[in-house]
Amino acid sequence: MTGMPPSVIEGVEAPRSGAAAGTDSESSLPLSSKSVAYTTCYMCACRCGIKVHLENGRLRYIEGNRNHPINRGVLCAKGSAGIMTAVSPARLTTPLKRVGPRGSGSFEAISWDEAMRIVTERLAAIRASDPSRLALFTGRDQSQSLTGHFARMFGTINYAAHGGFCSVNMAAAGLYSVGGAFWEFGEPDWEYAQLFLLFGVAEDHDSNPIKLGLSRLKARGAKIVSFNPVRTGYSAIADEFVAVTPGTDGLLVFALIHCLLEAGRIDTEFLVRYTNAHHLVIDDAGGAEHGLIARNAQGSELAFDRATGSLASASATGIDPALAGTFVLPDGRHARPAFALLAERYLAAEYAPEAVAERCGVAAATIRRLADEIAEVAFNQPVVLEQPWTDAAGRRHTHMVGRPVAIHAMRGISAHSNGFHTCRAIHVLQMLLGAIDTPGSWRYKSPYPKPIPGGLPPGRAAGAPGAPLTAAPLGCPTGPQDLLVDAQGEALRLDRAFSWEAPLAIHGLMHMVIARAFEAGPQKIDTLFFFMSNMAWNSAMNPGESIRMLSATDEQGEYRIPFVVVADAFASETVAYADLVLPDTTYLERYDCISLLDRPIGSAHGPGDAIRVPVLKPKRDVRPFQDVIIEIAGRLGLTDFADAQGQPLYHSYADYIVRHQRAAGIGPLAGFRGADGRGIGRGEPNPEQLRRYIENGGFWVHHLPPEQLYYKFANQAYLDGARAMGFIDSSAPIVLQLYSEPLQRFRLAAEGHGAHLPPQRLRERVRRYFDPLPIWYAPLEQAASHDGRYPLHAITQRPMAMYHSWGSHNAWLRQILPENRIYLHRELAAELGIEDEDWVWVESRSGRLKARARTMSGVNRNTVWTWNAIGKRVGAWGLKREAPEFRRGFLLNHVISEFLPDERGEAAHSNSDPVTGQAAWFDLTVRLERCAPDTPDETAPRLGANPLRIKRHTESAA
Amino acid sequence: MTMLPQRGTEARKMGLVIDLDTCVGCHACAVNCKEWNTGGEAGILPDYDPYGEKPDGVWFNRIHSYETGTDGCARTVNFPRSCLHCENPLCVTVCPTGASFKRAEDGIVLVDTDLCIGCKLCSWACPYGAREFDEQSGVMRKCTLCIDRIYDDSLPEAEREPACVATCPAKARHFGDLADPDSHVSKLVAQRGGTDLLPELGYRPTNKYLPPRRAQIQTAPRETCGAAGQGIGGALLRLLDKALSR
Repeated sequence: MTGMPPSVIEGVEAPRSGAAAGTDSESSLPLSSKSVAYTTCYMCACRCGIKVHLENGRLRYIEGNRNHPINRGVLCAKGSAGIMTAVSPARLTTPLKRVGPRGSGSFEAISWDEAMRIVTERLAAIRASDPSRLALFTGRDQSQSLTGHFARMFGTINYAAHGGFCSVNMAAAGLYSVGGAFWEFGEPDWEYAQLFLLFGVAEDHDSNPIKLGLSRLKARGAKIVSFNPVRTGYSAIADEFVAVTPGTDGLLVFALIHCLLEAGRIDTEFLVRYTNAHHLVIDDAGGAEHGLIARNAQGSELAFDRATGSLASASATGIDPALAGTFVLPDGRHARPAFALLAERYLAAEYAPEAVAERCGVAAATIRRLADEIAEVAFNQPVVLEQPWTDAAGRRHTHMVGRPVAIHAMRGISAHSNGFHTCRAIHVLQMLLGAIDTPGSWRYKSPYPKPIPGGLPPGRAAGAPGAPLTAAPLGCPTGPQDLLVDAQGEALRLDRAFSWEAPLAIHGLMHMVIARAFEAGPQKIDTLFFFMSNMAWNSAMNPGESIRMLSATDEQGEYRIPFVVVADAFASETVAYADLVLPDTTYLERYDCISLLDRPIGSAHGPGDAIRVPVLKPKRDVRPFQDVIIEIAGRLGLTDFADAQGQPLYHSYADYIVRHQRAAGIGPLAGFRGADGRGIGRGEPNPEQLRRYIENGGFWVHHLPPEQLYYKFANQAYLDGARAMGFIDSSAPIVLQLYSEPLQRFRLAAEGHGAHLPPQRLRERVRRYFDPLPIWYAPLEQAASHDGRYPLHAITQRPMAMYHSWGSHNAWLRQILPENRIYLHRELAAELGIEDEDWVWVESRSGRLKARARTMSGVNRNTVWTWNAIGKRVGAWGLKREAPEFRRGFLLNHVISEFLPDERGEAAHSNSDPVTGQAAWFDLTVRLERCAPDTPDETAPRLGANPLRIKRHTESAA
Repeated sequence: MTMLPQRGTEARKMGLVIDLDTCVGCHACAVNCKEWNTGGEAGILPDYDPYGEKPDGVWFNRIHSYETGTDGCARTVNFPRSCLHCENPLCVTVCPTGASFKRAEDGIVLVDTDLCIGCKLCSWACPYGAREFDEQSGVMRKCTLCIDRIYDDSLPEAEREPACVATCPAKARHFGDLADPDSHVSKLVAQRGGTDLLPELGYRPTNKYLPPRRAQIQTAPRETCGAAGQGIGGALLRLLDKALSR
């Protein structure tokens, strides 16, 4: 029998704890002795291996798995607090059908049979007419290879996960520049880095691996520099803290590049061998190919070979490519090396440190010194490993030489409307230094790098309603032809991803789906299906508006958004807005896979993936969401989920994990494939696969041989191996994109060239933001004039003990931080007459909130900040009404808008990056004012309580 | 009053060395400590009002983050606080029942809750605030240095360390015998200038804290280069003139 290994320990009781008293703990079956299960944590998105101890039928202790490649035995506060998830009062217990008005919290408990019948009938009807009227948006799941495949087979383009408001700027900039990305597809070389630059990383992305890595750097005396407006978390232990003004990191990076160019301290050999720096860019202003790479008749990119004084294939071995100058192409047009365009741009006076210092809030001398330090470490302290390797040109190298400047960047870069270009600027800096996948620098996590831009174009509807999409719903457009737009150039997707408003929205725009569904109405949306995403609270840019739109009705009293399904393990603020609630299990109660088809646990040392196993058996009437989606797919008879006769192919997710094949021999898990369990990456399904994972501690890793560990984009042994394992389709080298030709293709369309043109109203916008070289512009929200009314930047970050966590209501974690403050610089506070613990109004263009102030010195002078997702809505998360999260907690989101200033309605632009659609949370500007002394002792706004009121034991109406 | 054991200079001094240079203030140690101990020999570490107005409970270890210094020297310091297992623990000598005691063999300070009458003299005597009163059972509680882990022969040797040390993601916590000059922890203290907390009080804490440090990069004096804004100039031109081999 497949998929049902023997490790399930039935009926395990809640942990011993004061907090467990009085809760509905799982009942105990006789289980006298001690036992251990290895599984994967899900208290955040890190995917650490855990060892779960059970004793006398109780969940006794969770610790890190010492053999696991992600956390090597350590475990963060969230992971250790996971033991309290088993007794969380917020756990949902039964399927629910709404009986009161949306948002009232009034539900009726129904059976799974009825819940499945309701959802299946609804989805079947949608699929028969217009499958895109189902929008499936998932939150922090690690099941995107399943949910995305479901959406594809269902035939809806309206699918995305949470990356649109998290890190799509990092993913897109990375995939379009280097074929990898910070965090998910890359990591610093902790072993050899001598200088580590952290941009916009506070406590996040990721958790334990960065902490482990920082300790290794510290042990070697490497220098850590943190560019961040706020000095907490990782910034607290940095050797240098640079309190950059939010949204100006791109300018700062340009200034560093300016200094390096000025001093001639860049790695030109790296550039011509591994990037497109020498590719000739057509200089034909006004022409249809202006700014594209010049190619010969065979389609090869051209360079100018100084050795022969003639044009040559840019990929030819041994040529001496020009990086400066202007050359004449055979057709008489002129062309210039991409590098020449780059050097000209960043050497301009506007990017000199002295020119950006004030705006960035960083002294020019500091920028110049940091540039010197970067150059010193990169070029005077190279790492030389005695490890021979062969490059893609066939050259045998006796050593691996690296530039030990490692960079990691995340949320503080990502959550701005200029984040895509800022992230690309950082990748350009890395390329100029030769610090991509070399010893001591930033490295790819297997299975990356991928050929740029790192994925197929997004799938589109084809054929009759209900036919599968042509490809997965999320993908990487390479030009205007890949956009999902109608004949007028307007968006096909509800959230307008892959439209001219957000062409490279490779993760979708989750933050816009409610607003756009509300605008579009029942013609374009029937069912909004959310999994594990708190869209009516902290995952909404504007919770007040989201709630209003979810509850809005038309003249006939029908809901504007006809049907809302929420699948979740906990009673979040969003559950009250569902028409149907599908209660999920916790992470300790289900099978899961952390797949190479999604976001695995690979590292620079090789590919890896992992599973979760059910350690507890829920006594609640809940089911794993993955089992539910597979059952729905089976009932609907979707391709790959049902056979030709319409019979379901899989009885559970565990069954699917083992037997599903995405392509021949490639399935959700890459390890222990084939009949003998020896297949790596490729191989027939192995009925014993889950058992093998369990025996191996819940994960699988493959260690690349030392020859393959660096220069993966051009390391022939690596490329051949990656192809054999199914990670890439071709073993051709991956040319890093200093200059981004796909961006120029969009720009040309905006200038009126080609068959696919943007609507007139968007042309100037596309022309401006699709620059093939990184640009900097003031965050869009701030570009609008407010007459200086909102002079302060406002940002949020989650505390380390709750980062990425679905459990900030956890009995132990909330003892650490149950309420939040608005933090500001002491000097600013003095200027505004604000003292510690004063109540202040925080006002933005879209509203105001009331919070308590706390002063500090480790913060940018013009920035205020707070801890995110502490404030909760009264009645949610199983907390009592008096909980401080309700009374003294607040959510900065209440003063953020999902639209740009003065815009609302269909024509309005979302408050997002114009390239990727990334939610621009961190663009917010505010003003602060001390409240009157008699102000009530609680935060504002306070939304009314809507705890779940569940009618049980009644026959539900059909 | 409770007597301290006779301990020779050779007696083992088991304790922690906490590196303030790498502690990121993540609370991992505190939560894993609570998790291990609430289900272990130490007995339940209660939570009061866990889902209500004043969520609090007993913790053997708490983390405090604060700012220190001004301007260029300013830092944010994350400071984990737990029992320091002092050589001269007033918390023991003030105990009227013998409930608080220091072990002769390894110097660990413990509370025998069967003897504790909940008078709280010990917590008043501890200048480090390391003891916590258990409101539910009316007895004093404190860090045991995980004696039910460090001496558990059924665990692999590498795992016989306190939970806070095993779990610390930043590897900022170290465990060992501070009486042994050759131990890993003693060497760390010697190399890094490990210090006592409030040494002037004379409690002679066993646990030591390693101070924050600052890594620096020395650079050669900068070459003067072409004026900014002049396009490709001096140094870069010279670099670009060099022959390359793709």
